[in-house]
Amino acid sequence: MSYSITDPSPRTKWFAGTLVILYALITLMPLLWIITTGFKSQSEAIAYPPSVLFEPTLEGYVNLFTTQTRVSEADLAANPPETFAEEIAASKGMIIVGPSRFGERFLNSVIIGFGSTFLSVVLGTLAAYAFSRYRVPLKDDLMFFILSTRMMPPIAVAIPIFLMFRTLGLSDTHLGMILLYTAVNLSLSVWLLKGFIDEIPREYEEAALIDGYTRFQAFYKVVLPQAATGIASTAIFCLIFSWNEYAFAVLLTSGNAQTAPPFIPTIIGVGGQDWPAVAAGATIFLVPVMVFTILLRKHLLRGITFGAVRK
Amino acid sequence: MAEITLSGITKDYGSARALDNVTMTVPDGSFVVLLGPTGAGKTTLLRMVSGLDQPTSGEILIGGAPVTARTPAERNVAMVFQQYSLYPHLTVRENLAFPLKSPLLRTPKDEITRKVQLVADALQIAHKLDNKATALSGGEMQRVSIGRALVREPAAFLMDEPLSSLDAKLRSDLRVELKSIQSNRGATFLYVTHDQIEAMTMATHVGVLDHGRLVQFGTPRQIYEDPVSVYAASRLGQPRINILPADLFAGAPWDAKHIGLRPEQIRQGEGEESIVTRIERLGDQTRLHLSYRDHDIITVTDPHTDLSHGDVLKIRPENPFYFDATGARTH
Repeated sequence: MSYSITDPSPRTKWFAGTLVILYALITLMPLLWIITTGFKSQSEAIAYPPSVLFEPTLEGYVNLFTTQTRVSEADLAANPPETFAEEIAASKGMIIVGPSRFGERFLNSVIIGFGSTFLSVVLGTLAAYAFSRYRVPLKDDLMFFILSTRMMPPIAVAIPIFLMFRTLGLSDTHLGMILLYTAVNLSLSVWLLKGFIDEIPREYEEAALIDGYTRFQAFYKVVLPQAATGIASTAIFCLIFSWNEYAFAVLLTSGNAQTAPPFIPTIIGVGGQDWPAVAAGATIFLVPVMVFTILLRKHLLRGITFGAVRK
Repeated sequence: MAEITLSGITKDYGSARALDNVTMTVPDGSFVVLLGPTGAGKTTLLRMVSGLDQPTSGEILIGGAPVTARTPAERNVAMVFQQYSLYPHLTVRENLAFPLKSPLLRTPKDEITRKVQLVADALQIAHKLDNKATALSGGEMQRVSIGRALVREPAAFLMDEPLSSLDAKLRSDLRVELKSIQSNRGATFLYVTHDQIEAMTMATHVGVLDHGRLVQFGTPRQIYEDPVSVYAASRLGQPRINILPADLFAGAPWDAKHIGLRPEQIRQGEGEESIVTRIERLGDQTRLHLSYRDHDIITVTDPHTDLSHGDVLKIRPENPFYFDATGARTH
């Protein structure tokens, strides 16, 4: 694929390059800020003007993952620090009494985020295939209905959902959150995937039917591999939504199924907000989506520009 | 291999009738070509036989067994599509092996290797076996597509204009190749085309389709020498048959409205006078454009003719076809 008819002049290249780097700096700035804050000490994190060069410390990460308590000099001397983390705590006159809840909140995020993404993509692919290939009565109306579920912000129905979840016993459960995020993501996934599947010529499946395969085998062996790009990019969009979702998570979860987004801001340090710990939490929170996106990135570009380029 | 019988096949798409009461038998081991222009219902008929579409009414038998209610897989037919039929995510080898690996055939591994190699050699694609299917030229893709049908031993081969996207040289090579594969194997072929050369060179039988109706079925020679209508007569023959008002020449029967003259039905050198308007020298054939009482006639003459523009040539119909006002043959 070639996008330009002639090679751009060196000046154009230089200008375009500068622009891209500038833009990248601007968009990456907050990210850089969060990552560096995670490695600062409490005092440096709130220093004004902000310190650019500082001595990195893992204090934020230790605070994020542990629960600590302040003890007297005598007790501190009686329990000499053994591990690296305990040393950091001891330097502030604290000892570690156990792990924090960040680990389990993060695990909740993983279970709910990936669980709902998996479900949205599976259901979305099957529905999109049916809409694309079969004569479905009222097809256009149904597709519009599916789209219309996204025409208001999901949080607008927070109260009915809250009541529904309480009645059904889904409040603060993993299953409840997975179902909720799946319901929100499904319209996006059906519409996106229908577009991708529409682009796959029917002749491929028909050839497979003639070659001795059943309809489902033809779908599995011929359509799915061709739809891989669409499925991957749909999965990224679904994961980004359910991973980052904050409002429903605050409203519907409190302990058992709470995800990382509502938990991170509640990290309170001793004597004020523990900004390095919050930043450390945010940094770790960024990693899974980043890894997932990088793994699927070759599909993502085509997912975003899909429809714009003729094969 | 098996005989295919179609009885009373009708197919409606909404209010449009694509096939209208088609009854036809494809004899075992024959090469039947369905001929007709775009929209005549050729491909639709093929899809009925394959099971990809269901007829609105009528019945299909393959090898004597009714198959109308069966899935394409259960019918055990192989089909070559006009385009887009190679699985793009697979290599050429995997494409060729695909039907052999199906739950229908479950061929052992070494058997697959052997058959794939055999077909690849026959179609001269052996050197491309490990290429991705998308990395082939159009001609190679179509050969792989034909190969994927040939690896099997189905009840019948269905082909939907398999050669139409190829260049002239490859087309004539594959014409010969397909015909010899068919006669060596004694296979039953149902072949759709609008190319009359393919029909004339390969077919044992030709079915002429007109707006969903089968208007004539017979050997290519029968259809050429004894067409039932103006439409059927116009399907075969190059240059095309001349259709003129019947009263242009003396001796027309009372019920004839049109006279049909193929080049060999025009005796040159005697009869009425016509004027040469144009001479086309095609090498093996020289075409003569004549003007006769304000009507154009195209015929064939001696390749080394010394006739030229403006000359007068006498012509007389010899055993012509006569058609009535609806186009049906009367004599």
